[in-house]
Amino acid sequence: MENLLNLFVKSIFIDNMVFAYFLGMCSYLAVSKTVKTSAGLGVAVIFVLAITVPIDYLLDKYVLKEGALVWLDDSFADLDLSFLSFIMFIAIIASMTQLVEMIVEKFAPALYSQLGIFLPLIAVNCAILGGSLFMQEREYGTLVEATVFGVGSGVGWFFSNSSFSCNQRENAIFRCTCTFKRSWNYIHHNRINGNCIYEFYGN
Amino acid sequence: MAEKNDSLFSKKNLQLVTGPLGKNNPITVQTLGICSALAITVKVEPAIVMSISVTIVVAFANLLASLIRKSIPDRIRIIVQLVIIATLVIIVDQILKAYAYGVSKQLSVFVGLIITNCILMGRLEAFALGNKPWPSFLDGIGNGLGYGIILVMVALIRELLGAGAITLPGIGEIKLIPESFYEFGYANNGLMILPPMALITLGIVIWVQKARNKEIIEHK
Repeated sequence: MENLLNLFVKSIFIDNMVFAYFLGMCSYLAVSKTVKTSAGLGVAVIFVLAITVPIDYLLDKYVLKEGALVWLDDSFADLDLSFLSFIMFIAIIASMTQLVEMIVEKFAPALYSQLGIFLPLIAVNCAILGGSLFMQEREYGTLVEATVFGVGSGVGWFFSNSSFSCNQRENAIFRCTCTFKRSWNYIHHNRINGNCIYEFYGN
Repeated sequence: MAEKNDSLFSKKNLQLVTGPLGKNNPITVQTLGICSALAITVKVEPAIVMSISVTIVVAFANLLASLIRKSIPDRIRIIVQLVIIATLVIIVDQILKAYAYGVSKQLSVFVGLIITNCILMGRLEAFALGNKPWPSFLDGIGNGLGYGIILVMVALIRELLGAGAITLPGIGEIKLIPESFYEFGYANNGLMILPPMALITLGIVIWVQKARNKEIIEHK
């Protein structure tokens, strides 16, 4: 349990998809103008990562790895299909995105119309394929670990995306320019009206 | 591209190769393929290998997609494109693993991530599906090289300032900062190795390019 919690926190904050590996950068830069769209895409990314990483884990363990097909027949012990992993993973991701899109459209039309074009775009989001490839490279031991890693990376992407969009327009720059303008007006105004600031500080 | 008498290296076709190197650059102007450009520019050697791989994949993917563009049904074209790209990436990955294992380990998942590199999808959608095979092939070469130029540029700056020496494939390590600098107290800037400096370096490259070429500044 501790191990899983550790992995979850690590995949959110330390191995953050955006800040540590620059994955999903394109959509990150494209949708982070407003909090609403970036949060919507973030939720979709968490959702798809939580589904595809475990499926790809099972695929890797029971089909692609060297000797993974032993459960079919003992003569497959030397068979190594891992060179097929890219094409299998991307096929899983593309079909899962399609499936998720159809399910969301059927059962949650409101969410569907909000997410709109972002759902199909997830198929070519590198954070999703990156999640599966990292899962394969780091050789997670169990299905639970792989799932926790998938959800954790999705949450990390969600956090970094929405925090960035909060900063981008609504808060930092806007407030900064407002403060600057206000203080400039204040100084300017007071200078015209006979050095109020000077008197204020003088007292 | 309707002209029948267009020779193989006509001016128009050459434009397809030279355009993306400068004012139509995939990274700095079209903003495609930023992810991998930022992630693998710590050192020059992987950056060169990556740009060669991307050039090969994008050129041949463009060629293949353009050859079968009339028989791809419109509704499933994304899946067809993904299959073409994924097949080519698998070939490149196997070749890298066989002949350049060290670099392939350094690039780790980023070779696989060429599949989701926006340059590929972007060029296939925007160019190859509407043009003849030869111009599409040239467009792929041009965009791959344009990607490579920026990659190598950013990697050069980062490795030079971060490590003080540049490692080139086949030549080995070249020390560009003389020893006497270190004796005076010059230190390698460890910050250049860290991810944030990739963004800042790329930003400066874009700034310099836009400052020199006023045409590519977007107006709102």
